[in-house]
Amino acid sequence: MIIEPSESKPLLPSLPKACTGIKGLDEITGGGLPQGRPTLVCGSAGCGKTVFSMEFLVHGALMYNEPGVFMAFEEKTEELTINVASLGFDLEKLQQERMIRLDHVHLERSEIEETGEYDLDGLFIRLGHAIDSIGAKRVVLDTIESLFSGLTNQAIIRAELRRLFEWLKDKKVTTIITGEKGEGTLTRHGLEEYVSDCVILLDHRVENKISTRLLRIVKYRGSVHGTNEYPFLIDEDGISVVPVTSLGLSHDVSSERISSGVSGLDSMLGGKGFFRGSSVLVSGTAGTGKTSLAGSFANQTCVSGERCIYFAFEESPKQIIRNMHSIGIDLQAHVDNHMLRLLASRPTINGLEMHLLSITKQVLDFDPSVVILDPITNLVSVGSVSEVKSVLIRLIDFLQGADITVMFTALSLNDNISEQTDESISSLVDAWLLVRDIEFNGERNRGLYVMKSRGMKHSNQVREFVISDSGLDLVDVYMGRDGILTGSAREEQQLAEKTENVIRTHAVSRKDKEIERKRTVLESKIASLREEFDSMQDELNKTYVEEELTRKVMEQNRQEILQKRGGIQ
Amino acid sequence: MSKHPELSQDEDYPEDSDFYVLRLYVTGASINSLRAIVNIKEICDKYIPDSYSLEIIDVYQQKSIAEQEQIIALPLLIKRLPLPEKRLIGDMSDTLKVLNGLGIAI
Repeated sequence: MIIEPSESKPLLPSLPKACTGIKGLDEITGGGLPQGRPTLVCGSAGCGKTVFSMEFLVHGALMYNEPGVFMAFEEKTEELTINVASLGFDLEKLQQERMIRLDHVHLERSEIEETGEYDLDGLFIRLGHAIDSIGAKRVVLDTIESLFSGLTNQAIIRAELRRLFEWLKDKKVTTIITGEKGEGTLTRHGLEEYVSDCVILLDHRVENKISTRLLRIVKYRGSVHGTNEYPFLIDEDGISVVPVTSLGLSHDVSSERISSGVSGLDSMLGGKGFFRGSSVLVSGTAGTGKTSLAGSFANQTCVSGERCIYFAFEESPKQIIRNMHSIGIDLQAHVDNHMLRLLASRPTINGLEMHLLSITKQVLDFDPSVVILDPITNLVSVGSVSEVKSVLIRLIDFLQGADITVMFTALSLNDNISEQTDESISSLVDAWLLVRDIEFNGERNRGLYVMKSRGMKHSNQVREFVISDSGLDLVDVYMGRDGILTGSAREEQQLAEKTENVIRTHAVSRKDKEIERKRTVLESKIASLREEFDSMQDELNKTYVEEELTRKVMEQNRQEILQKRGGIQ
Repeated sequence: MSKHPELSQDEDYPEDSDFYVLRLYVTGASINSLRAIVNIKEICDKYIPDSYSLEIIDVYQQKSIAEQEQIIALPLLIKRLPLPEKRLIGDMSDTLKVLNGLGIAI
């Protein structure tokens, strides 16, 4: 035992772990398998036990500098080397570098006669020698249960296995023991009884002829761990487990807006578009332009310099590009610039969990800011509605956690707008756009509603959704006497209004002239009255002056008379 | 008891089909090993006296031999000759099974 110097902080000792290097597994287990202890990996035939354990060893050798011993009870070393070469593991080279040691144990009951008491010291010596020769830190026993078929005395085997696992612990090697799944038990011979530190169950389930690989940590002593069944993939990169679960609702939110690519729609959404990292559902009946909306959104994303993945479940990439071309959207250019990834697959190619996993894998690989799924309706063909819902919840959670905006399109079979979508995810999404046929006046037009849009002011109006050569746009619909007017009825209404406008302008200008004329008449009248007044004033003034003059003259005269008479006085 | 090959005087094995070439793998001085050595010697001396060679090998001394010889359970007795080769495990206490395994008719 190593005693730390006293200056180190009194940290609580936690279980040391050995990283598996398997994508996703180290997250679920919180760092890997228990270091220096045995782990049981069990599952039915073909569920990936050998690949799992081989990946553990090879990653240990390549990434963590921990040499490993692989003791194979079922496959010969040459077979094993060839089998894992498909995953890109060069066991020959690793053996030469003394990082991996393979040992094939051949045990055939018919060749052996048991003549009394024995023990498995041979196995111990062999394993010990292999471990010591390369300084191994990791050991895989695949699958040790072969001992039960090779030897008859079960009591001895059980006692020896118990001793073996203790011995492996003493050796401080991290061990994986694989075991075949038994009836009602984890392993056919009850190995879980001996390996009590960590048990991982692999499963390969086929439902509706579609297979799904699942991984579950049954127990992990001394550590917290995810308890769900996690789907995993085995492909050319080996095993990847993506812990896509409904982890909670604690992700950060962004108040940044991104344009939907349709200016009319943006203005319905408070003029700015969707929130970044939100989920948008576009539902509608067949042929209402859901894919066009999605394509337009993808185009806008790429134009603004962000990346987008478009998962198509109905059309091939070429088809989508061609169809979008007809409305003036060039997706091919974005594909060429590596801004857009168009991925098409039939829903039935995988199980739902696998779809989720491959979507997640693509998203992690491409790091887009927008993901489009078109349409999610088809996923129901590989799972029940509740399964689809559960997958979509986890997908939304995952994407929102990564601040990725997601747009789903969904085909609604009935034309009832108050209905939920078939996948009943409308309660999960942040924004729900409904594209609906409006049949009126012998023609079919598209109406777009914003059913909901969380956290922003949005229009409650129905807009007519117009798809033209130059793209998509929204036009105000007209409320007429007979209800809303769309299409040619709307145009008719527009024309009528235009005419009315012209007439009104004309009428207004005539009235203006009339007023002008009246004003001129009045003004001339005012002028003549003023003249009249002036002359009257003059007249009045004239008498007044005359009177004054007369008075003055008379006064003068009187004075003169007085003077003249003064001589008398 | 010696840990080294004891009765390996016959280096060139006779072609004689009645001659037994036996090799006993043991682990040090464990009880099973000691018992196996005593038992096999007794059986050989009783049923095939003078027509056998017995080599006793301690696997602890030559650890790599375990992988070469596909050894799992010990003690292990390998009958090289006469053919076919046969493997017997255990402390050789079940005389009938040992004789049966070695192909010796009583």
